[in-house]
Amino acid sequence: MNDRVAVRKTYKLFIGGAFPRSESGRTYGVHDAKEKFLANAAKGSRKDARDAALAARAGFAGWSAATAYNRGQVLYRVAEVMEGRREQFIADVQAAEGLGDKKSARVVDTSIDRLVWYAGWADKYAQVLGNTNPVAGPYFNFAIPEPTGVVAAIAPQDSSLLGLVSVIAPIVVTGNTVVVVASTRRPIPAITLTEVLATADLPPGVVNVLTGDPAEIAPWLASHGDVNAIDLTGVTNQDLAKQLEIEAAGTVKRVRRPAQPNWLATPDLGRLTFFIETKTVWHPIGA
Amino acid sequence: MTFEYAPAPESRAIVSIASSYGLFINGEFVDPTGGTTFKTVNPATEEVLAEISEANQSDVNAAVNSARQAYDRIWSVMSGRDRAKYLFRIARLLQERAREFAVLETLDNGKPIRESRDIDVPLAAAHFFYHAGWADKLEYAGLGANPQPLGVAGQIIPWNFPLLMLAWKIAPALACGNTVVLKPAESTSLTALLFAEICQQADLPPGVVNIITGAGETGRMIVEHEGIDKIAFTGSTEVGKSIARALAGTNRKLTLELGGKAANIVFDDAPIDQAVEGIVDGIFFNQGHVCCAGSRLLLQESIAEETIDALKRRLQTLRLGDPLDKNTDIGAINSREQLNKIDELIKSGDDAGAQRWTAPCELPDKGWWCAPTIFTNVTQAHRIAREEIFGPVLSVLTFRTPDEAIEKANNTPFGLSAGIWTEKGSRILWMANQLRAGVIWANTFNRFDPTSPFGGFKESGFGREGGIQGLSAYLQSANDGADRARGAS
Amino acid sequence: MRTIAEPLTTTSALREFLHGLPGVDEVGIKARATALGTRSIKNDSKSWAIDMAIRMVDLTTLEGMDTPGKVRAMCAKALRPDPTDPTAPSVAAVCVYGDMAPVARAVVGDNLHVAAVATAFPSGRASIEVKLRDVRDAVAGGADEIDMVIDRGAFLAGNYGLVHEQIVAVKAACGLAHLKVILETGELRTLDNVRRASWLAMLAGADFIKTSTGKVPVAATPAVTIVMLQAVRDYCALTGSQIGVKPAGGIRTSKDAIKYLVLVKETAGEAWLTPDLFRFGASTLLNDLLMQRQRMAVGHYSGPDYVTID
Repeated sequence: MNDRVAVRKTYKLFIGGAFPRSESGRTYGVHDAKEKFLANAAKGSRKDARDAALAARAGFAGWSAATAYNRGQVLYRVAEVMEGRREQFIADVQAAEGLGDKKSARVVDTSIDRLVWYAGWADKYAQVLGNTNPVAGPYFNFAIPEPTGVVAAIAPQDSSLLGLVSVIAPIVVTGNTVVVVASTRRPIPAITLTEVLATADLPPGVVNVLTGDPAEIAPWLASHGDVNAIDLTGVTNQDLAKQLEIEAAGTVKRVRRPAQPNWLATPDLGRLTFFIETKTVWHPIGA
Repeated sequence: MTFEYAPAPESRAIVSIASSYGLFINGEFVDPTGGTTFKTVNPATEEVLAEISEANQSDVNAAVNSARQAYDRIWSVMSGRDRAKYLFRIARLLQERAREFAVLETLDNGKPIRESRDIDVPLAAAHFFYHAGWADKLEYAGLGANPQPLGVAGQIIPWNFPLLMLAWKIAPALACGNTVVLKPAESTSLTALLFAEICQQADLPPGVVNIITGAGETGRMIVEHEGIDKIAFTGSTEVGKSIARALAGTNRKLTLELGGKAANIVFDDAPIDQAVEGIVDGIFFNQGHVCCAGSRLLLQESIAEETIDALKRRLQTLRLGDPLDKNTDIGAINSREQLNKIDELIKSGDDAGAQRWTAPCELPDKGWWCAPTIFTNVTQAHRIAREEIFGPVLSVLTFRTPDEAIEKANNTPFGLSAGIWTEKGSRILWMANQLRAGVIWANTFNRFDPTSPFGGFKESGFGREGGIQGLSAYLQSANDGADRARGAS
Repeated sequence: MRTIAEPLTTTSALREFLHGLPGVDEVGIKARATALGTRSIKNDSKSWAIDMAIRMVDLTTLEGMDTPGKVRAMCAKALRPDPTDPTAPSVAAVCVYGDMAPVARAVVGDNLHVAAVATAFPSGRASIEVKLRDVRDAVAGGADEIDMVIDRGAFLAGNYGLVHEQIVAVKAACGLAHLKVILETGELRTLDNVRRASWLAMLAGADFIKTSTGKVPVAATPAVTIVMLQAVRDYCALTGSQIGVKPAGGIRTSKDAIKYLVLVKETAGEAWLTPDLFRFGASTLLNDLLMQRQRMAVGHYSGPDYVTID
């Protein structure tokens, strides 16, 4: 008989490798698929978004300069640590999404496998997407993919873990850093993921996770002068999506529009290529 | 006697300019339904060259409908091999009539014939030639099997390289199976209208290319038209932002090629004579009307003085004047409006206390002209170091170390291009890696090629033109429909 | 600006100086040469340029089969290039092997310069004693300009001190004769070497720097000439003395010659547009210049039967 009183967890934000509460001091109740109370999550604010963007920018220099081999190993390490917490993730996904045992397990396994898939791309996408160009003159010319910079992302609202992983992995594998707003109603798998990220050799600031209401937080990220791109995948409200796109135009951000793909399907390179810039370098060839 | 070059004007006889032009819709020239026209002027003489039609909403509708029908019935179902052959025809026709295009471009734009003849027109033909070959090879474009065109592309281009920008837009769009509605800039419509004639000579199916003329209002109608699937714009960052806003919440895709404020960075171990040429080419090419112009010169302090001296000496040999003269290096400013903008920024440099030096050249009485100008003692805070001047005005700053050069170079919302001059190989690669810009020229500047992707980081826009990467601006993977996204990477 | 702080005579001091000169980007300078090559020279400027080019020609014969008869014929042509047109100017000089200097001098008198190649031309592979004797003979024979060759082997081996020493010695042996130093750029191969050799020659006392002997496959090119013109321009800025430049070999047409004049004007400046500071080492060029001159004068194209062969 188990009469031990469980130790419950305080769910916090993940910014710059640390776990702060929202600077606003606010929380909101999170319930499972059957509306049973699960926890209070931090209700991220404008200033939390600002802090997260700052942390992401601080993390960008080191992460974008890391070797592709290193970035691949770090993502693979995240998968390793997730695998160790597989049961917890299954329980979290089950509670969040109301899926059965088998389906939850499939979602978690696919999430881990997806990270492994993207980890393997770290040292290959530049070979696939970069090239030398046969210009008509005595110049060596090559084009290489480079990370766009700091990316803000609105994670899918339904697919709380697989959707989240499928959004952030292609962003960070190429050297971008990300501020992601987790599923509002299903934030707990994302928060568990932050605990994995914190212990998986991921440098601080590479992934920053906010919980709360995208309608409150995202406009500040969309208009932010030090955010280079925004992924609206998880925005379900069309008016909000349009508003964010308008805000983003002010600094010519790359905007990935809302989408609801089948997350279980193997992705193509579309997400990865969206958050890179092609840099073309010319040099004369002479003796 | 000294060795003065006698005037060597290229003959205008090769072009025949009509007194007025209609709109090119569905393969033929039609009168604008609104009947409004505007004048296009030779900026070197202020002579009116022709009356140009202003397209109104019903003209835009007609152009879009024509493009849609051509897309649905002909172009999207035609084999890539056949599309290719039309593009090859266009490339050859451009080569055949190259001199005519060059003279017309120079008359309408004010750029030196040396540039329109040796750069703009040959590169435009090369763009069609390069993209022609892609039309039947798109499964190798990196977007998976059976990639799909986007549909009807609305394309809005600037006045600085009228024909070349047309080629950058139309060639990849057509190669990928799209049809187009293109609007040239209102001050430089003539070569686009001559290009319409090339489409006719090539027997390009009607409606595949529609060219409608007009100003910003016509452009807005294209941007907001729901029958268009993709907007490609080259021009100012301000207009680019407004286009991005206009497309918010729609499914229409967008690529933007906007402004720049490129740093041209010269180290003390640079091949200095070529660096001076690169500086000149960087900022005085096309009167500085170049989005990727090297408008901020960053000189390592130890060589700043001697480099500026050498630059001034070199600028004294630049020849400003009649753009049709084969020896002219610096032509006319494209419009009075642009000249006013340049003058205003020059004044801001004076007011901020920067040191101005102007090349000693006589400006013609008529037309719009700006002598090559250098500002020294410029700091990062000056407007002339931050804003795109789009004229022959160079701001000179100094730096001490590579890190400082990078910091200053990247300290701008733009990120289109940059130059590096040093003979140290590892430093070139380090700098190229650190610079947040889409095109890096090392020990050269302002080189262009259809195989070489061109486009910016940050507020200089998104998407690429040229090269395999440029195809993604007009092509999507077969399953993109499910996961719609904007822009190209 | 660079300064010359210490006497530059030893290999190590020269090496430090020459290797401290800015590099030359080959592609960039060729692009510049191409751009200048598109200058269009018409009407009065073309007439002026053709006459100037004629006045800059060092009319040359440097063959094993040269005879006094051949040299005398060439000298007559040099004095009066176009017998039908007394307004056609004379060339600057005749250029012959040293043993032909007396023959040439006898024909041209004081009216033209006589240049003699010396110093074991064209290879320069002989002892310094032989080279100096060669120079003295030529000067004694009436040459007032000596076209010497540098020891390319020593230069490429990095033995700058030796090259310098030999030029200094030759200069001394020249006495009052002007010294043109042939770099043989076709053997130096890189434009960095051309720049260094130009400076080395100027530092050692050259009055002129000259591209080529005409005896190796690659002779004067626009790119090489620009590098040398930049060197004399920069040397003048540093020291105040004007050194001349002489491209030689491969310049055969008026169009080419005029392009070279454009290079001079736009690189070193107008001050170098004089036979005292710029020469063409050429033989067939002269007739093409004369045919162009006739065409400008009479308004139709001339033909080879209307200019003399010598």
